[in-house]
Amino acid sequence: MPAQERPLIYANLRRPGYTVDIDCYLRHGGYEALRKAVATKPEDVCKEVETSGLRGRGGAGFPTGMKWKFLDRKSGKPAYLVVNADESEPGTYKDRQIIYKDPHQMLEGIAITAWAIQARQAFIYIRGEFQHGAKILRRAIEEAKARGFLGSNILGSGYSCEVVVHRGGGCYVCGEETGLIESLEGKRGYPRIKPPYFPAVLGLYNCPTIVNNAETLAQVRHVLAMGGAEFAKIGIPGDSGTHIWGVSGLVKRPGLYEIEAGKATFGELLYDLCGGPLDGRAFKAIIPGGSSTKILRFGERFKGKRPDGTEFDWALEDIPLDANSIAACGTGLGTGGTIVLDDSVEMIQALSNLNAFYAHETCGQCTPCREGSLWLSRVSRRIVGGGGREEDVPMLLDIANQVAGRTICAHGEAVAWPVQSAVPKFKDEYLESIRRRRRGETAGGPTLI
Amino acid sequence: MSLKPETLAAADAIVAQYPQARSATLPLLHLVQEDRGHIAPEDEAWVAAKVGVTPMQVREVVTFYPMFRLAPVGRRHIRVCRTLSCALRGSYALMAELEKALGCARGETSADGNFTLEFVECIADCGCGPVVQVDHALHENVAPDQAAAFASRIRESLADPGYGKGEPRPGTPEWNG
Ligand SMILES: Cc1cc2nc3c(=O)[nH]c(=O)nc-3n(C[C@H](O)[C@H](O)[C@H](O)COP(=O)(O)O)c2cc1C
Ligand code: SF4
Ligand code: FES
Repeated sequence: MPAQERPLIYANLRRPGYTVDIDCYLRHGGYEALRKAVATKPEDVCKEVETSGLRGRGGAGFPTGMKWKFLDRKSGKPAYLVVNADESEPGTYKDRQIIYKDPHQMLEGIAITAWAIQARQAFIYIRGEFQHGAKILRRAIEEAKARGFLGSNILGSGYSCEVVVHRGGGCYVCGEETGLIESLEGKRGYPRIKPPYFPAVLGLYNCPTIVNNAETLAQVRHVLAMGGAEFAKIGIPGDSGTHIWGVSGLVKRPGLYEIEAGKATFGELLYDLCGGPLDGRAFKAIIPGGSSTKILRFGERFKGKRPDGTEFDWALEDIPLDANSIAACGTGLGTGGTIVLDDSVEMIQALSNLNAFYAHETCGQCTPCREGSLWLSRVSRRIVGGGGREEDVPMLLDIANQVAGRTICAHGEAVAWPVQSAVPKFKDEYLESIRRRRRGETAGGPTLI
Repeated sequence: MSLKPETLAAADAIVAQYPQARSATLPLLHLVQEDRGHIAPEDEAWVAAKVGVTPMQVREVVTFYPMFRLAPVGRRHIRVCRTLSCALRGSYALMAELEKALGCARGETSADGNFTLEFVECIADCGCGPVVQVDHALHENVAPDQAAAFASRIRESLADPGYGKGEPRPGTPEWNG
């Protein structure tokens, strides 16, 4: 049987005629999970989420229930819930759908989560470019307050929580949770160093704070609706629920595909659901989970041992779409934003495009990230410009090696990983580009820088 | 030129949403920029006073975030996504065509002040590339060979008195923006 979608998060928003109005959401079972939640003790809501095995959808895949457990409840300071709707990782466009087409689903998840951690104030940090999205959310919050799902005395429980929509200013690094917190405090989005600034202890206004991705909170709504144990049955042990694969780049049918974790492979996603490569082309590589994850090349073999001890030997097409299998292949599920490259692409241009992104987005606090991202961008661009030397290839790797692991936030890894993964896999092609471009010849294919 | 009375009136309610006033810095800057089109030194001073910091602390914020600008842009602000997913679908070729059709180089404002044309980084609509944000509207799948027609529509919108005033409808560029 060919791979199939299993819409959970996107189930409603894909229904013909489904709208953002609260009445439409209520007709589709909306806010029933919140009713259940406020009739349950907050610590039991946390337990449901722990049982569900839900992992964060913001990129790092951290278990959500465990994150909530780290919340410092002894300090006596107020706790905050911060929703990360910054959606800034290139290749990622899944949260936009929830915000623009089914905002109440996320708001219900927010209300449940706020109850679970007993936060009386939640902020939705939404990327500044989602101007209309912010309006849709604000309208939805007003509707939810008018019906008693948010605001004061939620569903007569005596518990109150205000939700404020806060627009960012177009900065990638403000998607990083501590950069986001600084930004929300009205400052430059300079990420904070951990320790001591773990958000669950010293977050917003130095108070305990839970930062969760927008989709994570939509998933929480379903955990409560069906119960943690039922939710855990979706997907596979170690990775439950659905993943939304946002495929972009050079495939026949780019788009968003929601698939039960581990129940399809990259081959099924790219051929069955996305229709395969464009006519006359062949797939060359994918960046599986947003631009910061390590690149995979078609034709590579991935070998290793799974946690249960069984050995695997996969082609890229065979890799199952769950967090642990993808990690076992040396990369990450990340945000599920899969960027597809085909044989028309000159790989040094693709690398140069991403290097330029990271050089533009570094906040500049850490020397390795600030200087390294600029150097990588300049060196790769110099190659494309025809001024490359063969030594540039090992130099790219050398620079990247000096960035990863030496910075305040994971932007350092985001700078390094594309280079560290691509150089060994495409070294020969880079050398060929260097020689060709020194002769003043170009490559055909799309211009990427 | 001073800010509109509505802008001035909206500020206090925005500040009151936050446990600490300084958090209102970005929202107030957005408010000002939507009113004036850019952020003037007097606006920075006004925001600073509202949130209780120095004007320099506001300037620090303005210069950190790519969306804020200290100088006006053209009557139409055209932002083409440059990042990989859109580039693979032709955003560089599209940019070259738009430069010709609008008579405006990337990163610049046309001599008549009508257009500012820029490359921007990923705006989270990567499956529909190339995407182009024109003021408040997000246009998807703008293929390079449609650039001339797309540019004409932008040019025509200059003469449309209702531009930007309608209520966005689902599935339209205004809704997606
Ligand atoms: C440079 C950088 C950018 C990030 N951008 C985002 C983002 O746009 N949205 C998001 O949810 N998480 C982003 N993250 C991850 C967050 O730091 C954080 O892990 C996440 O919001 C936690 O939510 P989760 O546990 O629900 O996944 C980013 C991380 C880094 C290092
Ligand atoms: S790693 Fe880069 S983005 Fe992160 S804090 Fe350091 S300089 Fe800023
Ligand atoms: S790469 Fe253009 S919208 Fe993401």
